[in-house]
Amino acid sequence: MDVQLLTYIFVGVSFALYIGIAIWSRARSTKDFYVAGGGVSPLANGAATAADWMSAASFISMAGIIAYSGYDASVYLMGWTGGYVLLAMLLAPYLRKFGKFTVPDFIGDRYYSNVARTVAVICVIFVSFTYVAGQMRGVGIVFARFLEVDVNTGVVVGMAIVFFYAVLGGMKGITYTQVAQYCVLIFAFLVPAVFLSIMMTGHILPQTGFGATMLDAAGNDTGVYLLQRLDQVVQDLGFGAYTDGSKSTIDVFFITAALMCGTAGLPHVIVRFFTVPTVRDARVSAGWALFFIALLYTAAPAIGAFARTNLIDTVNNAEYEQLPEWFYNWENSGLIGWMDKNNDGRVQMSAGDPFKGSPTFAGSRAEASGEYGQRVVTNPPADNASEVYIDRDIIVLANPEIGNLPAWVVALVAAGGIAAALSTAAGLLLVISAAVSHDLLKKTMMPTITEKQELLAARLAAVVAILIAGYFGINPPGFVAQVVAFAFGLAAASFFPVILMGIFYKRMNKEGAIAGMLVGLIFTFCYIVYFKFVSPDLNSAEHWLFGVSPEGIGTVGMVLNFVVALAVSRVTAPPPEHIQHIVEDIRVPRGSGAAHQH
Amino acid sequence: MREENARAYWAANVRLILTYLVIWFVVSYGCGILLVDALNNIHFFGFKLGFWFAQQGSIYVFLALIIMYARSMNKLDRKFDVHEE
Repeated sequence: MDVQLLTYIFVGVSFALYIGIAIWSRARSTKDFYVAGGGVSPLANGAATAADWMSAASFISMAGIIAYSGYDASVYLMGWTGGYVLLAMLLAPYLRKFGKFTVPDFIGDRYYSNVARTVAVICVIFVSFTYVAGQMRGVGIVFARFLEVDVNTGVVVGMAIVFFYAVLGGMKGITYTQVAQYCVLIFAFLVPAVFLSIMMTGHILPQTGFGATMLDAAGNDTGVYLLQRLDQVVQDLGFGAYTDGSKSTIDVFFITAALMCGTAGLPHVIVRFFTVPTVRDARVSAGWALFFIALLYTAAPAIGAFARTNLIDTVNNAEYEQLPEWFYNWENSGLIGWMDKNNDGRVQMSAGDPFKGSPTFAGSRAEASGEYGQRVVTNPPADNASEVYIDRDIIVLANPEIGNLPAWVVALVAAGGIAAALSTAAGLLLVISAAVSHDLLKKTMMPTITEKQELLAARLAAVVAILIAGYFGINPPGFVAQVVAFAFGLAAASFFPVILMGIFYKRMNKEGAIAGMLVGLIFTFCYIVYFKFVSPDLNSAEHWLFGVSPEGIGTVGMVLNFVVALAVSRVTAPPPEHIQHIVEDIRVPRGSGAAHQH
Repeated sequence: MREENARAYWAANVRLILTYLVIWFVVSYGCGILLVDALNNIHFFGFKLGFWFAQQGSIYVFLALIIMYARSMNKLDRKFDVHEE
């Protein structure tokens, strides 16, 4: 069977599975819709959290980023896993005991203020939308490459599937489809990783394989460590060593901290812990979540190292006409571009971009091809010897082809990429709809609506959110890639400190919390906007505050939030008696069942 | 009495959290970032040790920390009689 037919089968079967689960797990009450009835087992919640958390970016882009930036990419590996330690010890158990539906719910109640609640709702919506646009685009790209349909058609199909199970099943439908999606995506990620590891080093586990010695084509041990060879090869081409960083230590430190605290503060992750029955389960569930995430996150750096080695070995100095099939396929998709600067018909890799930005072509291959049959790139060439642009996003998608793996592995990776994007999109859309129907309507604007009306509002809000997300997927704003820093920076600078102090500092009052949240938010927002949009040409280390890049500035915003909140709370009245009782109550696990019955 | 018990439970919990957060900080920010160059002189199988902590080791330690915390808290909940039925 050819790859495309297999891909249709794999993707089709996975979609049938998701729809089947959605019909089986329809939501009947607001509690079902917001927190899956509060009866999800810690294991299932762990898998669902992992799928919720690992987006198209984790599945498709991360290994590619690691392949290209080596040690520097460690910020993502540590940042996106270390946050779960904070979540498990500082936030999840107490928020579960509190037993409400959403993050703004906690902030509004704990700080006895609808202003605080509204600020939180705005943050939730902003953070979630910046995130969800990328997911829909991811679905579209996978469709375009593997099923050869238009990107926009892919987005519409993805929207229809999410629509079906998110609107029908709410959190309940999402939870169980996410469990299925986790299984699909982790299998799809690990199978090529194991194949590559065995081929290149003879190790079954990629995690140990990339620290092992390499095998030659005949399968004999060469005695040379893979990472050592990779360091050597990339340095010969003029890059920095793979295992050394190029970012400053202070920047790496701040980015990692912003990603960790941002992870712990992301609403779509926090709400997953509202779905388990007990406080004890919330702690255990965080362990399962990180276990499931770690399976992918410890394999990704191995894939990165394998892929970089393979890529250089296959492509560098090879004659264009002798390259393997995948190179031409991805050139057709516009994700690879070759410019024969020295006219020798061979592809040379070296440090520096061959030209600015991604390639623009004179036309399709049939319309405009060069001397060797390549697509003609029209970008002005950069003044260096580098000849080839290879989009880092294709590392994972093309890995099975680059490694010459069987067709079914390629098909599996397509289904996995779609699963990763859909699961995250659904989780985010639910958070947006709950923020609108529960926090804005029920708790702030129209407290008199019945449960049935609220459920209807939640479904309608989900529909609107899906349509907006789909719009962004089809017409991606040019700034999507640049605003990812927003989601984590803002979550770290706003939610993380207020929730933490709400639990650990009884004396924190609404004045302190609101002031802290606003200062953290506005500072982080302005810094990122200034360097990303207002003066992008100044976006370099010598202009940054303390040498911290916009990606890491959320950490500074977070510190400001803490300082301002503590200072303001000292000079204003302490929170009322009953709030102090709430804090005492959420610190103790007993009674979590009762807390859920409200 | 009940209030004192709750206070002692909370103090024990906070102590536990601080202990684990120190380890969390040392493996990630310490071994993976601040001390990475020094540790990279040590080789651990085919890895430079600092690089290994940044891309593998810290994640394993994070997982171990969450599991240990969940277990310790289960014991603490029972000791102070605040566990769920």
